[in-house]
Amino acid sequence: MLQVLNLAFNYNGSPILKGVDIDVRKGRMVTLAGPNGAGKTTLLKCIAGILEPAGGAVLIESQDAGDMHRKELARRLGYVPQSETLRFPMTVFETVLTGRSPHMAWRPSRKDLEYSARIIEEMNLGDLAMRDMDSLSGGQAQKVLLAKALAQEPDYLLLDEPTSSLDLHHQLEVLELVSGLVETKEMGALVAMHDLNLAARFSHTILLIRQGEIFCQGTPREVITPENIHAVYRVEAVVRHGNGHPYVQPLRCVADNENA
Amino acid sequence: MPAMNATVETLCRRYRERTGYKVLFLCLSTALLAVAIIAGLSTGASGLSPAETMRALFRETGRTHSIIWMLRLPRVLMAALVGFGLGIAGTVFQAILRNPLASPFTLGVGSAAGFGAVTVILFLGGGFQIYRVAGSAFAAAMVSGFLILAVARMKRASAETMILTGIAQMFLFSSLTSLFQYMGTMEQVHEVVFWFFGSLSKAGWHEIGMATVLILAPLPLLLRRGWDFNLLAGGDESAMALGVDVERLRMWGVIAGSLMTAGSICFTGVIGFVGLVAPHITRMVIGSDHRFLLPAAGLVGAVVVVAADTLGRTLWTPRVIPIGIMTSFIGVPFFFYLLLRRTREYW
Repeated sequence: MLQVLNLAFNYNGSPILKGVDIDVRKGRMVTLAGPNGAGKTTLLKCIAGILEPAGGAVLIESQDAGDMHRKELARRLGYVPQSETLRFPMTVFETVLTGRSPHMAWRPSRKDLEYSARIIEEMNLGDLAMRDMDSLSGGQAQKVLLAKALAQEPDYLLLDEPTSSLDLHHQLEVLELVSGLVETKEMGALVAMHDLNLAARFSHTILLIRQGEIFCQGTPREVITPENIHAVYRVEAVVRHGNGHPYVQPLRCVADNENA
Repeated sequence: MPAMNATVETLCRRYRERTGYKVLFLCLSTALLAVAIIAGLSTGASGLSPAETMRALFRETGRTHSIIWMLRLPRVLMAALVGFGLGIAGTVFQAILRNPLASPFTLGVGSAAGFGAVTVILFLGGGFQIYRVAGSAFAAAMVSGFLILAVARMKRASAETMILTGIAQMFLFSSLTSLFQYMGTMEQVHEVVFWFFGSLSKAGWHEIGMATVLILAPLPLLLRRGWDFNLLAGGDESAMALGVDVERLRMWGVIAGSLMTAGSICFTGVIGFVGLVAPHITRMVIGSDHRFLLPAAGLVGAVVVVAADTLGRTLWTPRVIPIGIMTSFIGVPFFFYLLLRRTREYW
């Protein structure tokens, strides 16, 4: 289990995250939702060891991640940032192969090549393998970054808005892929996402985060309610149910001074 | 693990083929460097055929032997060393700063070296005191490297901040150099100007020995970190998430790059352009896997400087066009050609 305990983070003296607690079990997909600037990205970066938390701890199978060597952490957690811009040419295969780095001494072995190739094949990226990263569409690039994270053989995936720039088809494709991996490879996933309907459709648990604090958490049905949406997003919305998932129809913004 | 299927096998084979091309490029550029060196040795006031050159180099004694061993070989070897060092230093700076415009000179390490040289020429008298000038140039170049590092350490700075620091100090050192030139006598200014043209004629075996140590010492570390440099291409965060200590890598990169730059130019003066173009030329041919890019950019840089020097000695005989000028004359048109011809747009 990936546990976040009482995590805090400050930026220039002002608190960004305040006492955040999260559990992500293997085989579960947990979604972080909340307004812009609520701290979702910061939270993922703190867990991934990119930012240093001001307080609290991240535990992986009860081991303190803060005590782990960077490479060790990279073998446990696969982090996919919101976007990556390459400055120098790299092929899809090379990009996925970099995901093997935490398992290498200083250069890729035969096993690393094979493992990367297998993931590329599993994700149907074979035709793109020798293409340059900059020749890919947004959806293809997102899949490659996911493949790179999988090449790390992590126990948990940390995905920062993996669908934000994708069209409808690719949004579903990427999330189906993630939820498939969560089930078949027994991984845990913690995903930051803006689209509540997609979150409701794919997540086991949704966390609503507001101003650096967890506002509420639970199953999609428990969390996606007009009251919660009003409180967290300051939006009046109707929540309907169909196909076993709640879905949100936003109506209008609520002015700041109106009471919840 | 399931058995390898056909696709997986094909993918691995194609990747290995590409790696094979890169190794081939390394071999070819080594061969090209050897050819350039022999051509460089054969060229001069008394022209020699390549065969005569080889004979003089290994067997004969006498006049030709001395010309080769005392005059030409030091010069050509120094050219190769400088090109090699600057090519690799440029690649390192571009990698750690994730910026195609980075080079030892755009980061101010070159102008700092110039400032160091000018200071000694003006206040201690330069003349034949090559070690004084070189020592001062070397020290100033290293100080500028550490200045960039200090700024980076103080604010956990991004690559962009480091580049801005480099550009700012480039202007600072250039202004100081101009000020000193303004204050100096005609003879001193003349000497300073010559330092900025770059010259290989001052190089003797002692200088070559020292330059070799300075340039080659950081090489094992850099080659071992080649793969980590690849990870930086995706950004700091992505590299950190893959287990790289980015701050540390950047620190060692700046130190190694400054050392190689300082070692390259302290004995020869400013030979600028090659540190910027050698990495680009090489990257356009073999891509950006730094395990191969680093040594290959060094070899390409060496070929460019040796070829530039050979041309510089032949185009306008008996005069010698200074190496710094000649390198740009060769490098710039070739670079333009590659820029216009390339199909990928990265910067």
